[in-house]
Amino acid sequence: MATETLTPVSPPRRRRQRRDLGALRRLLIHLGLILFAMVMIYPLLWMLSASFKPLDEIFSDPSLFPSTFEWRNYVDGWTALPHPFHTYIFNSMVIVAGAIIGNLVSCSMAAYAFARLNFPLKGMLFAIMLATIMLPIHVVIIPQYILFNNFGWIDTFWPLIVPKLLATDAFFIFLMVQFIRGLPRELDEASQIDGCSYWGTFLRVIMPLCVPALATTAIFTFIWTWNDFYSQLIYLRDIDLQTVPLALRLFLDAQGQTSWGSLFAMSIVALGPIFGFFLAGQRYLVRGIATTGIK
Amino acid sequence: MTDNEVAVAPTARRSTGGPPGPAATPDSPHPKRSRRTLRKSARRRESWAALSFLSPFIVGLLVITIGPMIASLYLSFTDYSLIGDANWIGLENYQRMLDDPRLLASIGVTFRYVFISVPLQLAMALALAMVLDRGVRGLPIYRSIFYLPSLLGGSVAIAIMWRQVFGTEGLVNQVLALFGIQGEGWISHPDYALDTLIILNVWTFGSPMVIFLAGLRQIPAMYYEAARVDGAGPVRRFFNITVPLLTPIIFFNLVLQIINAFQAFTQAFIVSGGKGGPSDSTLFYTLYLYDRGFTAFDMGYASALAWLLLMIIGLFTALNFLMSKFWVFYGD
Repeated sequence: MATETLTPVSPPRRRRQRRDLGALRRLLIHLGLILFAMVMIYPLLWMLSASFKPLDEIFSDPSLFPSTFEWRNYVDGWTALPHPFHTYIFNSMVIVAGAIIGNLVSCSMAAYAFARLNFPLKGMLFAIMLATIMLPIHVVIIPQYILFNNFGWIDTFWPLIVPKLLATDAFFIFLMVQFIRGLPRELDEASQIDGCSYWGTFLRVIMPLCVPALATTAIFTFIWTWNDFYSQLIYLRDIDLQTVPLALRLFLDAQGQTSWGSLFAMSIVALGPIFGFFLAGQRYLVRGIATTGIK
Repeated sequence: MTDNEVAVAPTARRSTGGPPGPAATPDSPHPKRSRRTLRKSARRRESWAALSFLSPFIVGLLVITIGPMIASLYLSFTDYSLIGDANWIGLENYQRMLDDPRLLASIGVTFRYVFISVPLQLAMALALAMVLDRGVRGLPIYRSIFYLPSLLGGSVAIAIMWRQVFGTEGLVNQVLALFGIQGEGWISHPDYALDTLIILNVWTFGSPMVIFLAGLRQIPAMYYEAARVDGAGPVRRFFNITVPLLTPIIFFNLVLQIINAFQAFTQAFIVSGGKGGPSDSTLFYTLYLYDRGFTAFDMGYASALAWLLLMIIGLFTALNFLMSKFWVFYGD
């Protein structure tokens, strides 16, 4: 409409008035945001403090500060289950490591092919790949279970790692395709003129430039696998192979109301690594969400 | 996101590109033909290379995704139960659904969860994104704090926390007691248990908020300035500039969050102790499916349930796309 009058010149007095009003408004916005942020994360902070509280205080005192620091909650929680808690952490770590390696290798390979190479049926395969991002795990889990059962893989980590080696987390393929498309194609051509094969180009030129996308993939894989409950619940029933989420569930069922303090302590232990990765990798996380649009 | 629209047709640029090959006359002179065969072999080499890069993906697609999908469709017409053979029973599993009260209950619970929590969550996400987009100082800090619950929300630890927070002697009731209000045992009350899970989903509004923020960045500031000059107030600017230009992103978030919400499992499982109680008030569809498939090992019926879920999600996604024609605005 009136785009030709983009910078209206207001008289100086009015402008100062408006600036004062603006400052007040900014202050109010900040107050509102801080209050809201506090309400949002209060339960988290409260759980952290409750993990140091004696039991009766958990059920009576909503404040964030424990009257005494009860380290016993952590000591008790660590040994409350059939195995010490580090066994479960170790099991989770093994699965997470396998999943990260699998996703990094298999998804980057597929992404390079989709982003840079020409081949028959490419459009169709790409569309199918995108569709599988939306496919509910519930639709395929039963035949997968039967399949892995036939392989004798129930109560092993294989059903949780092998699919990652086969690029089944299509979300990460998409993420890396988007990233590789943003790299200048001249780099590929230059390396090919210099005699690089497709694999040479992929390994020596594309991958080194993809480090940010690989970092995003690694961080998301870590968080999702560490948090994953459903598939671990289904494939791991052996007490020796339980992971952190399964151990927490076991703890909840076995102890119930009697030891909330140590249950909270172990929950904090379980959330710690995610929080750490969140702090360390925030930049990559936010960029990952913004470029692909999926949490 | 606009990225997606671009992504759906990835080959358009390349497949039409490249110089057109020489006319394929059978008696074309020798040098032309050799160039053509050269180009052909280069193309073939590229296809083989692509196949080598894609081999894990293709194996995974066939063995882990498409194969099991077809298998579960087949199983849904059988009485398979992990032990013994799969006997073909036709549509019996699907007929059984019609008078399965727990299934109907679970569909009701899931629909209420999806269609209450997703709009609330998106409204919250949009509101916060709007506030943060006005150049608030310390934006990265606020964004991180609001995003944190999205990362943690799916974990068992948070579900355990929720169970205590909304328990009879939980945090919520302790705070209410400060105001002299006697709260319910929210988790153990069939009328409120589902609401606590809805609140949990709304609590994870951070990830759509980050997407909204990225979308708001794309709206040119000059639109707002022009509108202001024309005398449009903040409300008018919101409805006439922000909302129309943001509709593609609202749509994207809506599709995504609905699909996600239909698949929610962990929180309901932990909060209700795996049973979907009290009195099936938190029996999500996925919980019932798990119960049939992996507790009762009634895998034929569970496969039918899985396919019904896929149909329901597919139906709502298709409906979403159909309706988007009427309200999503894709610029010019």
